[in-house]
Amino acid sequence: MPIVLYRIDDRLIHGQVVVGWGQPLDIDFIVLVDDNVACCDWEQDLYRMGVPPEMELIFADVAGAIRDHDKYASDHRKGILVTPDIPTMQRLVYGVPYIREVNVGGVHHRAGRTQKLRYVFLAADEEVQLRAMVESGVKVTAQDVPAAREVPMSEVLGDAEPEARTA
Amino acid sequence: MSASIFRKMKSSTEDSAADSSHRPRAIVAGHGDFPGGIVSAVEQISGRGGVFRAISNRGMSGQDIESSLRQASVDDGVRVFFTDLPGGSATLAVRRMMRENPEIVLITGTNLATLLEFVFQSDGDAVAAARRSVEKGRVALGCFGPP
Repeated sequence: MPIVLYRIDDRLIHGQVVVGWGQPLDIDFIVLVDDNVACCDWEQDLYRMGVPPEMELIFADVAGAIRDHDKYASDHRKGILVTPDIPTMQRLVYGVPYIREVNVGGVHHRAGRTQKLRYVFLAADEEVQLRAMVESGVKVTAQDVPAAREVPMSEVLGDAEPEARTA
Repeated sequence: MSASIFRKMKSSTEDSAADSSHRPRAIVAGHGDFPGGIVSAVEQISGRGGVFRAISNRGMSGQDIESSLRQASVDDGVRVFFTDLPGGSATLAVRRMMRENPEIVLITGTNLATLLEFVFQSDGDAVAAARRSVEKGRVALGCFGPP
């Protein structure tokens, strides 16, 4: 499966994505799905500067990403798909039933959000959206970097006891 | 943005540096403890750590990083930024600021040699010093040992 990580991260392109995940997963391309960035050349130029020259950066709005997902999936290279927020990923998941796993990598503090993890802050409506994704059969976990523990969404949302941590 | 999220780290001697009229002349921004750590190294070697204000992006959204850098730039009246990673969120935040303020100078891939060169030149034109410091940092990178 060429898209090896579907990630929600409000920083979009940054060190954790390009280096932290990109290097161990041997990523060749990133699909950045954001309706605002998809229509703004300047924003795209900015994010292009954040990836090494050998890595392709593809921009898409949600409709375009749903339309072109088969193309990403048939690519012989490995890629990461990143969205800036939970609603964007939810729209994508509903449009592409093949997406079975979603990584919550960075949803930072904002007014109205409550801290769940060091790097995950959620508003009430975002909790509802995450629960809906889980109930639709998608495995949703939080994990900022590969070396960190993968935290089940039930634990993030307080629906389950934290798993015992390993050293 | 809550105070707990806005993490602004100053070097251990920044206060004393301010006492001696050495206001920050540049901002060092990046991941984790990198900004505070590298500025503390500058202080240990040169005693001039107060030339820099260190700002970590830890726990901050892209918008919060940009806001904190923008505010620090205004507070200190500086337009020179050093960041750690070319593709990092602090770098992207400064690039956004450059859209509105073409006077800003950004140096990425910062290492200790870069900052040390800057602090010993920064009494004059900070922008010119920043540009010169890039060359020092570049030549300081080396690899020794078996081929």
